Amino acid sequence: MNGYNFAYLDEPTKRMIRRAILKAVSIPGHQVPFGAREMPLPYGWGTGGIQVTAAILGPEDVLKVIDQGADDTTNAVSIRRFFARTAGVETTTHTAEASVIQTRHRIPEMPLRADQILVYQVPLPEPLAKLEPSRAETRQMHALADYGLMHVKLYEDIARFGHVAISYDYPVMVNGRYLMSPSPIPAFDTPKMNRMAALQLFGAGREKRIYAVPPFTTVRPLDFEDHPFKLVRAPHACTLCGARDSYLDEVVTDDRGGRIFVCSDTDYCEGRRDAAPGEAA
Amino acid sequence: MTVPLLEAHELDLRFGAIRALDRVNLSLWPGEVLAIVGESGSGKSSLLHVLSGQGAPDAGRVLYRDPAGAQHDVHAMPAPHLRALHRSDWGFVHQNPRDALRMTVSAGGNVGERLMAQGARHYGDIREIATDWLRQVEIDPSRIDDLPRTFSGGMLQRLQIARTLATHPRLVFMDEPTGGLDVSVQARLLDLIRSLVSRLGLAVLLVTHDIAVARLLAGRIIVMRRGQVVETGLTDQVLDDPQHPYTQLLVSSVLQA
Amino acid sequence: MSKIVLQTENLGKSFTLHLQGGATMPVLAGVDLSLASGECVVLSGPSGAGKSTLMRSLYGNYRVGHGHVRIRHRDAWVDFATADPRKILEVRQETLGYVSQFLRVVPRVPTLDIVAEPLIARGAPREAALARARSLLFRLNLPERLHSLPPATFSGGEQQRVNLARGFIGGHPILLLDEPTASLDATNRDAVVGLVAEAKATGTAILGIVHDAPTRDAIADRLFLLSPVQAAA
Repeated sequence: MNGYNFAYLDEPTKRMIRRAILKAVSIPGHQVPFGAREMPLPYGWGTGGIQVTAAILGPEDVLKVIDQGADDTTNAVSIRRFFARTAGVETTTHTAEASVIQTRHRIPEMPLRADQILVYQVPLPEPLAKLEPSRAETRQMHALADYGLMHVKLYEDIARFGHVAISYDYPVMVNGRYLMSPSPIPAFDTPKMNRMAALQLFGAGREKRIYAVPPFTTVRPLDFEDHPFKLVRAPHACTLCGARDSYLDEVVTDDRGGRIFVCSDTDYCEGRRDAAPGEAA
Repeated sequence: MTVPLLEAHELDLRFGAIRALDRVNLSLWPGEVLAIVGESGSGKSSLLHVLSGQGAPDAGRVLYRDPAGAQHDVHAMPAPHLRALHRSDWGFVHQNPRDALRMTVSAGGNVGERLMAQGARHYGDIREIATDWLRQVEIDPSRIDDLPRTFSGGMLQRLQIARTLATHPRLVFMDEPTGGLDVSVQARLLDLIRSLVSRLGLAVLLVTHDIAVARLLAGRIIVMRRGQVVETGLTDQVLDDPQHPYTQLLVSSVLQA
Repeated sequence: MSKIVLQTENLGKSFTLHLQGGATMPVLAGVDLSLASGECVVLSGPSGAGKSTLMRSLYGNYRVGHGHVRIRHRDAWVDFATADPRKILEVRQETLGYVSQFLRVVPRVPTLDIVAEPLIARGAPREAALARARSLLFRLNLPERLHSLPPATFSGGEQQRVNLARGFIGGHPILLLDEPTASLDATNRDAVVGLVAEAKATGTAILGIVHDAPTRDAIADRLFLLSPVQAAA
């Protein structure tokens, strides 16, 4: 392993992170502070997710890393290679084959299994940050389950725009108790979190917080009875595989306004194309 | 006769050598307005601070009786309880409405916040309740989506009152509710407070330096000087037939317009 | 069969003026007065004899110095000498009404609302209270155009009539009237006499201070003479 401890971090650090993870799992949605370490990537590049992955990885694990749904972007490739080098674990681009999936800002389309773990990279763990600048005050609000302010924001959106204008990082109630930021995943992905069979872990490196959603926990997006949460998706089929139910990326193809829509989840798209060749829309 | 809603026993509070509160006792019954008057340095603001649980006294207790009839020591209460109390059964009207309102949230959002904090989840209902409250405080309901920064001082104060009363508190603390407003605006606001209090059967603890406000709004009055209660009783009796030398001085000092 | 509804026993009152070096001013001493339902008693005596002081003491506006002031309230006696403030407020709301010499109200509130308020405070629905207020004001010859105006700019006589309407609207069993006709012309004095007569007929007990002789003769069933108290030597 070229002079590194398994998965880069030393054992005592991993133990500290695992303790934080245990605590997070015991209190779904609650942000647990942890002693984040200096990582060979700067803040804002996934150091939180990497530390969580490093703490839970074992030699038998198979790791998949995606960035905005894709296995082949710079970040996804770098992080996958980082763990290949420092942990020697098998890596894959196929969701079905992975035991640990580290993700930036998307949930895979394919439903995950109970033997899988999803690790989210989180920039800002505090869901109330934009509404209440004082961290001390937001901690009070979480402690007292005093979340009127977030509902006020939703109310304001409806009053101003006729609907809730949150398209990513949609605030959710976890286990009916804690308000949580699911990380900047599209609102479209939020329902996948509810009662997911896989364990969901969240790591924020710069803010030094870990939180978790245990398997089969209720995760409900905030809404009003008469303005329920709605799935929002570009009304197109994927140009490559024809899917009508996946989250799409808009890709500009030329400088004359040409664009196509393709599945954000590259593995999902590829899998569909392999299964039914020649079925492009 | 019913039991008191709020009781204070032997309150003491000191800032170094200064006695802000000196063996203060009082009781407040449901549905009554009690004015606490005094000049600056009298201790009236400290008293309000201690009574509303925001600052602990050095000695003495503040007891509150909840809707179920159980009595609680306000300063022995766990922080979550006190906070919940402030969001539901209690209200607080500040002298400066900007201290209580969210200036970047619409009027409707301001009035609805306490309702949402208590679990209201129907947008249409919340909006209807907010509209009704705006009407009750004489703000044009069409301004429900306007931001408070477009409101005048009197309107802001009325919005604060609507926001405070939206959850039907039984006890409202008021700290100079008309101080800082133009005289012409004060009169209308005072009458609004008077009719709301009487219609909703609110108990009010009103701190004011303005004797005329006390006379108009309060059935009973407490006169404070240097942390002590020097006289207490029926408002018009204390003001028209003052017994204590300081009260006589205070009453005779009021300018007649 | 009328019954006593108000009674004083050895009532005394003096004022201690701390701002004048603690000088004591005795105003009332040994007053024994009783008032029965359906009757109107007028206080008489020279100016400075303490008629207004007596009336204010009966209303609880002045603290009872010595003796007792008993009011029949909810089938029991309440002594203002010892009653706590909330009890006095309750008596004023239900039993004891008072028409003072001067009108003192919140500026900018319309006359109709001022008059209706005591009735609304007793639980009457707003519309009914306003209607009754309107009819009382008409009875006292206050024209419609004044009803929506605040009374601050009214003449003394107009203000007095607003005061009277506010005093009579509540239907209190006991009414104290302090110079009810002082600023009124003959027509309005007659209106007041009419109101008093009607109230007496329903069993209301009335105590009044009335300087103008015709009105006094028209409403008084008997006079109560008050003599000035000798000042302390």
